Amino acid sequence: MSNIIDLSLSELVLNIKNKKISSKDVTSTYIERSKKSKSLNAYNEETFDTALKKAAEFDSKPDFNKKLSGVPIAVKDLFCTKNVKTTASSKILNNFIPTYESTVTQNLWNDGAILLGKLNCDEFAMGSSNETSYFGDVISPIDKDLVPGGSSGGSASALAAKLTPATIGTDTGGSIRQPASFTGTVGLKPTYGSCSRYGIVAFASSLDQAGPMTRNVKDAALLLEVMSSFDNKDSTSVDFKRPMYSKDLSKDIKGKKIGIPKEYRVDGMSEEIEKLWDDGKNYLKDCGAEIVDVSLPHTKFALPTYYIVAPAEASSNLARYDGVKYGFRTEGDNLIDMYEKTRSAGFGDEVKRRIMIGTYVLSSGYYDAYYLKAQKVRRLIKNDFNNIFQKVDAILTPSTPSSAFKIGEKSNDPVSMYLNDIFTVPVNLAGLPGISIPAGLDKKGYPLGLQIIGKSFDEQNILNIAYSMEDKINFKFNLKEWWMND
Amino acid sequence: MTKDYLIERNGKKYEVVIGLEVHAQVLSESKLFSTSPTKFGSEPNTQVSLVDAAFPGMLPVINEFCIKQAIKTGIGLNAKINNKSIFDRKNYFYADLPQGYQISQYKDPIVGEGSVVLDLASGSKTVGIERLHLEQDAGKSIHDIDPKNTLVDLNRSGVALMEIVSKPDLRSPDEVNVYIKKLRSIMRYLGTCDGNMQEGSLRADVNVSVRKKGDDKYGTRCEIKNVNSIKFMQMAIEHEANRQVDILEDGGKIDQETRLFDTKKNETRSMRSKEDAHDYRYFPDPDLLPLEFSDDYVESIKKEIPELPDQKKSRFIEKFNLSSYEANILVSDLDTSKYFETVIENSDVKLSSNWITGELFALLNEKNLEITESPISAKNLSKLINLIKDGTISGKIAKTVFEMMAEGDKNPIDIVKEKGLKQQSDPKELEKLIEKVINENQDKVKEYKSGKEKLFGFFVGQAMKVSGGKANPQLVNEILKKKLK
Repeated sequence: MSNIIDLSLSELVLNIKNKKISSKDVTSTYIERSKKSKSLNAYNEETFDTALKKAAEFDSKPDFNKKLSGVPIAVKDLFCTKNVKTTASSKILNNFIPTYESTVTQNLWNDGAILLGKLNCDEFAMGSSNETSYFGDVISPIDKDLVPGGSSGGSASALAAKLTPATIGTDTGGSIRQPASFTGTVGLKPTYGSCSRYGIVAFASSLDQAGPMTRNVKDAALLLEVMSSFDNKDSTSVDFKRPMYSKDLSKDIKGKKIGIPKEYRVDGMSEEIEKLWDDGKNYLKDCGAEIVDVSLPHTKFALPTYYIVAPAEASSNLARYDGVKYGFRTEGDNLIDMYEKTRSAGFGDEVKRRIMIGTYVLSSGYYDAYYLKAQKVRRLIKNDFNNIFQKVDAILTPSTPSSAFKIGEKSNDPVSMYLNDIFTVPVNLAGLPGISIPAGLDKKGYPLGLQIIGKSFDEQNILNIAYSMEDKINFKFNLKEWWMND
Repeated sequence: MTKDYLIERNGKKYEVVIGLEVHAQVLSESKLFSTSPTKFGSEPNTQVSLVDAAFPGMLPVINEFCIKQAIKTGIGLNAKINNKSIFDRKNYFYADLPQGYQISQYKDPIVGEGSVVLDLASGSKTVGIERLHLEQDAGKSIHDIDPKNTLVDLNRSGVALMEIVSKPDLRSPDEVNVYIKKLRSIMRYLGTCDGNMQEGSLRADVNVSVRKKGDDKYGTRCEIKNVNSIKFMQMAIEHEANRQVDILEDGGKIDQETRLFDTKKNETRSMRSKEDAHDYRYFPDPDLLPLEFSDDYVESIKKEIPELPDQKKSRFIEKFNLSSYEANILVSDLDTSKYFETVIENSDVKLSSNWITGELFALLNEKNLEITESPISAKNLSKLINLIKDGTISGKIAKTVFEMMAEGDKNPIDIVKEKGLKQQSDPKELEKLIEKVINENQDKVKEYKSGKEKLFGFFVGQAMKVSGGKANPQLVNEILKKKLK
């Protein structure tokens, strides 16, 4: 049998079921490896002792009917976990221990998974490089100077470095797909309404969606199957018949029509990305799919629209962190003084920037010109997709305009940082599912990803397309384990 | 016609224009967006869920019952029910507002324009309703327990309120009184708000402006925030209207502002000016989908609507031949109307109406009781009325029986039997009795026969006295007339 850490999530489940390995073997292996990988700064909170205890419990009374039987999983520190510190990587929640569990993580535990720990991310999921965390930058296992992407940077780094067999993130504008693309992993953002938002620290409510981050497409299908559920605690959760994504996974995509939107060929896009995209088309053709040129005319408005809608919602969502009820507080001379001191010290710069933008665009006198207009444009962007999906089954685009960048390279230039999300943001605005799969390496040897966008609740279809492409791409990426120490 | 409510200064007459924003707590077991109970008077912070306290990742879920209550109220206000409405966030920071925003309805409320009919001494008047929307209540900040800190009680946080906005159609403190009572009556009939002002279930923001009589343009208004009794509303309006007239008469201008009513000093004072008004940054709450329901849904709710005060009043007038005044009194409170209808199931309507609005109301008033706490049940009052109607007892004796009944809901038939209060209606017995009275008062008989006819009352009185009040007064009259001829 191969090394435990080389097994995919699906393989681990199978091996535990077949009693070839125990939950404790797997859990302790991942714990050992995580302990040696502190230099990546991937974890905010480790729950290793509890994980070992749970693994032992599982082994003594195993239930092999569960989909994630005895598998340890670390999750993004944006999911509230009962009795385990949940910070959203913010100072303002540095001491916050929820008494409740998010629906998505509860679904994981209900299906036999074991919490390994909470993974670093950008503060309140605001960032594209994991440089805004109160707990410091996350390092990409690809290179010590490299960002893992964001906001689910800790998740991507931990997954790529094999500190967890799979993980879950959240994606508001690309926060799963962009770090997956940067680290050579698979990341899926489901349709808005597929995974419950209950118990996830909110960033932008109309865009936030949890999703799986895995080593391969099959694992993503399995994890999504467990995560996704109708939840009456979330009014935006959608009650639809959820397929058995992993069981129904198929490489037969013959005759599928795949759209190539011309507007995604942006100015200054590198030849490498062009080539990656062309290769993608060829793989699809090889699989028997048909390539169709399409147009999404409002694409260029997506980023400005996103940077109005998301901060507007965030400015309101983050108002509850006021020092009154829980979390960090700085005492003040009076209530207003306490608010000001608490929020000044409790939030980092990027969060403050977005709260200010959001407050501004909602202000009387500016509301119509910004927020209302952005809502109208959002509708047009949705319509673009709806029109195209009359003609095609899915859309293929690059996941990001470039590969991972250096730590500090963009942290003082918010606009250039925001441009990273240019291909992922429209998908959130339209509420559609999108998956990023590793598709190649650039000249520097850094991974690049391709994104497949599907119709609402058509995750099965984009998983199938990704599954068949994965086979053709045959992405191999061997990391030197430079970060490990004993 | 009663006189218009006008303020006179230096020979000029000013009219007062009033509009109300009434905050009515929805009668519901649980809150608008959470399952926490809404029980009044509970220990602080015992009716609070994670949603109410705005913990990270908590989401609001609409309580359908509250929606139904709002629709019912809209129907009761003859208002347009909007099949699609939107919950917005009203953003502001305060210690007792855990989310940092209140979920309310801004541009698209659940209920649109409607009307309420007021019965005034001068006749009826229709007051326009601008809208009704649903919103969450905030918690309570308590500043006077701890000398250094403000304490927060979140029991009310998230409780459903209906904000009912009237058009500026009210013209006097008296009209405000009638309007509030009418609103309360309608909501109590519907079971959508208990209207209990002591417990804060009904509060109002009062908009007041003044203008010279005859002007058709409204003056600049001031809003008096959160007044929690009708009496205070009336006092606040009176003070505020006079304050505004004084300013205008001094050649000044009214500043549009929010004011507070100080109940101890009986005056309003500025809270914040228009310039300092909050920018609430309203926007649709992305945690909630637009609230949509079908016409069929509204129709099904309409079927649950009971007879409302106006309809009941018409029915009472038509069917029972009651005066508009009587009918008004009997329908204004649902429990009174229920009591009345129980009494008249077996009793004469006119007598019932008289006894309820007369003796019973006096008794309740004296004992400071609600009609639901009446010491005399409707069934027993009905029996008493029947004893009068069939001549078993006289109206006068009935009052005595009524007093005894009030001691502890006794059956009047038993009282009459026990105390031997049955009316003497046997003509032979009465004749004997009257003969005795005549014999004992021969001098008076002489006077009577010589023309002093008003002495007739004296003989009736004597006869009643001798009978211990039990003689049937009608028969006594008849027999006396015969005997004294």
